Amino acid sequence: MALFATCLTDTLYPDTAKAVVRLLERLGCEVDFPLGQTCCGQMHYNTGYHDEAAPLARRYAEVFDGYDYVVAPSGSCVGMVREFHPGLCGTSPAVERTYELSEFIVDILGVTDVGAYFPHRVTYHPTCHSLRLLGVGDKPLRLLREVKGLQLVELPQAEQCCGFGGTFALKNAETSTAMLADKMRCVQDTGAQVLTAGDNSCLMHIGGGLSRLRTGVRSVHLAEILASTEEQPWVATP
Amino acid sequence: MGRNPVTWLGSPTFPRAAHTALGDTQLRTNLRKATTTIRAKRAEAVAELPDWERLRKAGQTIKDDVLAHLDTYLVRLEEAVTARGGVVHWARDAEEANRIVLDLVRAKGVDEVVKVKSMVTAEIGLNPYLEAAGVRPVETDLAELIVQLGNDRPSHILVPAIHRNRAEIREIFARGMSEVPSSDDPRELAEAARKHLRRKFLSAKVAISGANFAVAETGSIVVVESEGNGRMCLTLPETLITVMGIEKLVPTWRDLEVFLQLLPRSSTAERMNPYTSVWSGVTPGDGPDEFHLVLLDNGRTAALADEVGRQALRCIRCSACLNVCPVYERTGGQAYGSVYPGPIGAILTPQLVGDMGDEQAASLPYASSLCGACYEVCPVRIDIPEVLTHLRAQAVRARSKRNPEALAMAGAAWMFRDPQRYETAQRIGALARFFTGGDGRIKRLPWPGSKWTDSRDVPEVPRESFRAWWRRHRG
Ligand code: SF4
Repeated sequence: MALFATCLTDTLYPDTAKAVVRLLERLGCEVDFPLGQTCCGQMHYNTGYHDEAAPLARRYAEVFDGYDYVVAPSGSCVGMVREFHPGLCGTSPAVERTYELSEFIVDILGVTDVGAYFPHRVTYHPTCHSLRLLGVGDKPLRLLREVKGLQLVELPQAEQCCGFGGTFALKNAETSTAMLADKMRCVQDTGAQVLTAGDNSCLMHIGGGLSRLRTGVRSVHLAEILASTEEQPWVATP
Repeated sequence: MGRNPVTWLGSPTFPRAAHTALGDTQLRTNLRKATTTIRAKRAEAVAELPDWERLRKAGQTIKDDVLAHLDTYLVRLEEAVTARGGVVHWARDAEEANRIVLDLVRAKGVDEVVKVKSMVTAEIGLNPYLEAAGVRPVETDLAELIVQLGNDRPSHILVPAIHRNRAEIREIFARGMSEVPSSDDPRELAEAARKHLRRKFLSAKVAISGANFAVAETGSIVVVESEGNGRMCLTLPETLITVMGIEKLVPTWRDLEVFLQLLPRSSTAERMNPYTSVWSGVTPGDGPDEFHLVLLDNGRTAALADEVGRQALRCIRCSACLNVCPVYERTGGQAYGSVYPGPIGAILTPQLVGDMGDEQAASLPYASSLCGACYEVCPVRIDIPEVLTHLRAQAVRARSKRNPEALAMAGAAWMFRDPQRYETAQRIGALARFFTGGDGRIKRLPWPGSKWTDSRDVPEVPRESFRAWWRRHRG
């Protein structure tokens, strides 16, 4: 199987991608990272630059052709691939075999206990594209519930958008910030030490806000929690 | 042709209008309260029906069939209405529709008309048009009356005065009506309005309505409402003029059943709406003795030609998408600068305006984080996010390729097309700057990165990308 790291995670959150590799190898997968991959074109597509997104979709189909599965730690990028690549350049084997991490673990590997250990109070934000575009449902929660030491607390109004929305955060910065403020209040109300989600873009947005307010709440990608074990526990990057 | 009044003259682009709205804490509180309540109620009302998803699909299918054969159904409707003693008028645009209505009102020699709440007459700016010609239109829907008396603009499809609270309403009534409510108790407020309107109903000779549905088979027009004021207008006056968008058709009575289930549960979270009025032409001795139907195009045929965009014409104006929209909840409806606010406004208004070169119209498809909550609730399954990105593509095409955004996007696409270029950009930090707008060590970035750092920190840029790590360890 192939790892699609997504451009954001590859560039800014390498620890997430390393965690995916560690986790999937622990679960018995043979993971490859084709170096020809770049970006799924979501930012271009969503902002209206469809002509620019099309070649990126074609590249994706080429690079990931021939793998049994493609797995990405991002609900929104997988949503882009599965829902919109066919409209840009037709469907392809790569598109049909692309899975979001929690889907892949639960549906394809058939596992919910991945043998993880993460002794923290955690709350989970479902992210709009995982929730509505992909419909991953409670798969991430089922995985989190099996993590040893982890105390899962419910996020109030979890299904409300955090206000990121790609270039929306720049084009409508003030509205985005108002949405972020409400999301942060909900996160803080849980008393959680860690906020997790299946998408680094939303985490970058919410985490950036939480850090600005000096809340002390860390945002950690789901993959990093699932990869953490007693022997090799998760450590905060400084 | 004059300017299409579907957007308000001089409205700023969405981000600028949102700036003003976000500063209004009273507005935000009013909106949050109202939408949170109705959201919960709608979810309950919908959960009661085990076949809700099938109903939605049926609604979608019927409307798609209507849109695919609109010409046939419209002709059928015209024949049926005419056969029952009604008169059908065709209007290409707002100007034409307004003139038709004014001529009909003038022919009756009246200077005041009563109105049933209607989106389409707001869309064509009928009220200001009539006022300019010396005819006073009196809104009879309570919320619409509040907006009218307050010299305000609507901010919601169903509850145009959703942005007002009780105290504000009392003030508006005290200024605009002869019966002053003694307190801001809802019952007192309603009673004052009732007395005010009762006089108008009894004296009016002409009423103007919109239509929720029209049944092509029988030429029947349907209006659903909660207060009964609409029914007064539809039955008491001598002349009834109905203006409706050409897409409001359903083929048969049987089809209507689907929508009379979908609409109330989606809009007011009721199992059935309190008043459903149906009229087919005229009936001697019963109700108005003159009935005119104005069929309005106003950009709809053009929207119909757009394969992706046309699904917006399925809309039954239930306003469910507004009530779940996180953007609408923060900014309110007036920020959209249009009679159609919220998610549906963001896709319908630009299509009716028909000009993506219009800066304000072009800003509307971007007034969304694409969270998809609107699509989830829409009773006729309009894929609003799909239409939003589709219209964004049109907005991009209408703009010059030389603006900073287009250049940045073209540059990024060029880089992403080639893994070598991508990796170089990563190594020199250009890609990190592209994502974060900065180098990750500063707290405040220059524009446009400042729009990010005004409220969020940027992530620390890692020393090594994943790709570089992979190369070292596995490559
Ligand atoms: S788009 Fe759908 S949800 Fe929104 S008002 Fe129209 S019918 Fe209702």
